[in-house]
Amino acid sequence: MAAKIEKVSIIISKGSLEGVYPGLIMANGARAEGMEANLFFTFFGLDAVHRARHEHIKLATVGNPGLHLATWAGGLPGVSSVMTHYMTRKMDQLDIPSIPEFVEMIADTGAGLYACKASADLFGLTQADLIDQVKDIITVGEFYDLAAGGQIIFT
Amino acid sequence: MPTITYAGTAVTVNEEGFFDDPGQWRAEMAPLIARQEGIDELSERHWQVIKFMRHAYEEKGTGPTVRVLGKTSGVSVKELYQLFPKGPAKVAAKIAGIPKPRGCI
Repeated sequence: MAAKIEKVSIIISKGSLEGVYPGLIMANGARAEGMEANLFFTFFGLDAVHRARHEHIKLATVGNPGLHLATWAGGLPGVSSVMTHYMTRKMDQLDIPSIPEFVEMIADTGAGLYACKASADLFGLTQADLIDQVKDIITVGEFYDLAAGGQIIFT
Repeated sequence: MPTITYAGTAVTVNEEGFFDDPGQWRAEMAPLIARQEGIDELSERHWQVIKFMRHAYEEKGTGPTVRVLGKTSGVSVKELYQLFPKGPAKVAAKIAGIPKPRGCI
């Protein structure tokens, strides 16, 4: 049989709906396959584990050509909310969990959740601002130690 | 297709070890498959998941994913991973003699 991936460390660096989900799906899928998985939230990706913000992550409707919506239209007030609502409803129909529920589930699978120290410092965040499932705020060096021996995926 | 003998019966499995024909499965094969997957003894909780997997397969023609198991089997996601550390849906499906569940979530 072909070589198997045993361990992944996934970096989530974006704070939009379409920026957060792929990393979560990959982490959850890695655990489902029996791989060890760590998630590292950095820059705007920190919103996915931010107590007050993780329920309000929006789809990017500006500068997102994949949406096939004129940029000027995407910038109108309320458009991002409406599109996010539409997308989350479709996801719900497919039984894709919301971001807070998904993050909690991934923590339950035994994956490690970590926040980036540089980003936390930049945004003035402490462990208290983040959901309980985040094990620690770590430096890039500590991240590389955690990731040792596995694959690193940047999203 | 490779064949493996469990409890005196030769069964055909795919390259990953999943049963080709779930009809060939018998309950006494489960502990033997489990041992190959690193689970020395099947507890009542393991059995609850295995029976649930078979039941779901018989009803829907496909095994549930971890998310669905966590929501509907009566065993939480956390406990599922304690019972089947190498991937609950995947390993329980193999032990239950059903195909590997396909699903991204």
